[in-house]
Amino acid sequence: MNFWEYLGSRHQQLLADAFQHASAVFQCMVVATVAGVVIGVVTYRSDWAGNLATITTATLLTIPSLAMIGLLIPVVGLGVPPTVIALTLYGLLPIVRNSIVGLRGVDPSLVDAATGIGMSRLARLVRVELPLAWPPILTGIRVSTQMLMGIAAIAAYASGPGLGNEIFRGIASLGSKNALNQVLAGTLGIIVLALLFDAAYVLIGRLTIPRGIRV
Amino acid sequence: MSETSAGVTEAPQERGGAGREATGATIRLESLTKRYPGSADPAVDSVNMEINAGELVVLVGPSGCGKSTTLKMINRLIEPTGGRIRIGGEDVTHMDPVKLRRKIGYAIQSSGLFPHMTVAQNIGLVPKMVGWSKVRVAERIEEMLDLVGLDAGEFHGRYPRQLSGGQQQRVGVARALAADPPVLLMDEPFGAVDPITRDHLQDELIRLQHELHKTIVFVTHDFDEAIKLGDRIAVLREQSHIAQFDTPEAILTNPADDFVSGFVGAGAALKRLNLTRVRDVEITDYPTVTVDDPLQEIFNKIRASGTNEILLLDRRGRPYKWLRRGDLMRARGSLARAGTLVNDTVTRDATLRDALEAVLTDNAGRVVVTGRRGEYTGVVDMETLMNSVQEMLEADRLDAMEHQHELEEARSEQTRHEQEGREGAAGAAGGGEAKA
Repeated sequence: MNFWEYLGSRHQQLLADAFQHASAVFQCMVVATVAGVVIGVVTYRSDWAGNLATITTATLLTIPSLAMIGLLIPVVGLGVPPTVIALTLYGLLPIVRNSIVGLRGVDPSLVDAATGIGMSRLARLVRVELPLAWPPILTGIRVSTQMLMGIAAIAAYASGPGLGNEIFRGIASLGSKNALNQVLAGTLGIIVLALLFDAAYVLIGRLTIPRGIRV
Repeated sequence: MSETSAGVTEAPQERGGAGREATGATIRLESLTKRYPGSADPAVDSVNMEINAGELVVLVGPSGCGKSTTLKMINRLIEPTGGRIRIGGEDVTHMDPVKLRRKIGYAIQSSGLFPHMTVAQNIGLVPKMVGWSKVRVAERIEEMLDLVGLDAGEFHGRYPRQLSGGQQQRVGVARALAADPPVLLMDEPFGAVDPITRDHLQDELIRLQHELHKTIVFVTHDFDEAIKLGDRIAVLREQSHIAQFDTPEAILTNPADDFVSGFVGAGAALKRLNLTRVRDVEITDYPTVTVDDPLQEIFNKIRASGTNEILLLDRRGRPYKWLRRGDLMRARGSLARAGTLVNDTVTRDATLRDALEAVLTDNAGRVVVTGRRGEYTGVVDMETLMNSVQEMLEADRLDAMEHQHELEEARSEQTRHEQEGREGAAGAAGGGEAKA
């Protein structure tokens, strides 16, 4: 059976896996984005808090993904929970760091102006600082997503959802006639998903970055 | 509106806001102090200042003297550590700063426009925040653009980066004035634009102020800008100590001390010329003839005039040529060929500096003054110019001395009032803790 025949015969299974993969990454990204931006907003004003947040999330990222999932299994069990937790934690760093950098990078004279014309703290954050910091934050989200696409494959180790299952199955049955096809299908599927997500982000950027600050 | 201590405030304001109908409010700073933790000396040390409604006061001083800090304490962008701020008689030292700032316009260097909002959104911000209806906000945006001289249709939807520096600054001023605040604070607003645009913007501000009569506090380090704009100027030295607080004329002619005269810089008399118009000085009348007069009459007039020279006007009464005795002879009686053309004139509204420039470049040391339609009204020459400058400086000096005297009286009266007030309120005192 060549690769195309393999795709033809297993397309239903593959599509289901791809959908689950995308859905897991998407949901974890939403959580990571919300949490990351909130952490950024809470910490960017103080030097040490901002640095602490960046260092903590950076440390999380240095834990090998396989080890992280392995460590989570005894605590939360198999399946979806360790996948979601691991992906969310890995997704945080780029978003937290870019939120802090973006919010700190807003021209101080604009913050001064916003305060000076009578904006409350919240209004200033929502109407001036976050919109101006949005392009770097969005870049962080993009980087995170790319990274999670790959890491999500490891989730299959903990019986998680997604295209990782294809890859692990292939690796487990190395030497059998479909082993290479399985690994290839899983890998290519992840690449295609990553490209689709990236295209979506370009579109989101077009739609959400105000024309006045678009480069 | 309800200024309680009118007796004290009236003396220094005659030149500034007198006779105008002010929409602004008085600002009163009472021993306003800012102390940063960890530094021995306060950044701003006990500033007392009284700014009248509708007056444009310029705070000027070297960088680091605390002028900007003083300004930012008025809208409490920087919280004072001591003293009081009263606006329109109301003590705003402890009111909600967000509410306070919505009643105070604020314009800063490099405009401070939000780059992600259009011009219209920027201008509409404050009116929207204070709860104006959509229709009213939209109308106001058009009105403000019109006021600062930008075409509403063209600029409405533009983003700040699509504007020139001068246009951005105009929009910045429009935004500051949008909710019609009685007080406008301007922190070196024209510091970042080129000199020509700055000049335009200054003229524009003078025009605006003429229409609106806001109370404006303007910070700059440029003394010439201060002279041009200020009804009164406060020259500040380090820690915002007021070295002199007076009209531009008084500061130029009678600087309080070496610091002020150092800051005024060289050429105070020349700068003073900028503050006086040709119409304020004596314009001498010259014998004139028109091109339609018969030659014989022109001859007679030249001979009869003691000056050996006569001004030839064209049919509409505008200065045309200078005719000297003998010019006509040499030109064999042809008016078209005789004499020298008048190539420089000044209007009655020109400053004495312009007039001096024209006189200096004229080979006979005089310049023709014209009226609104360019018609001849008189002549200014070096001698009259020098005499009027002398008189002017002398008058300034007397004024300043008298003024100084008044100020001292007012100050002693104020101290007396304060002492009486303090004794009266001593029992119920609770707000004075900050000072301790």
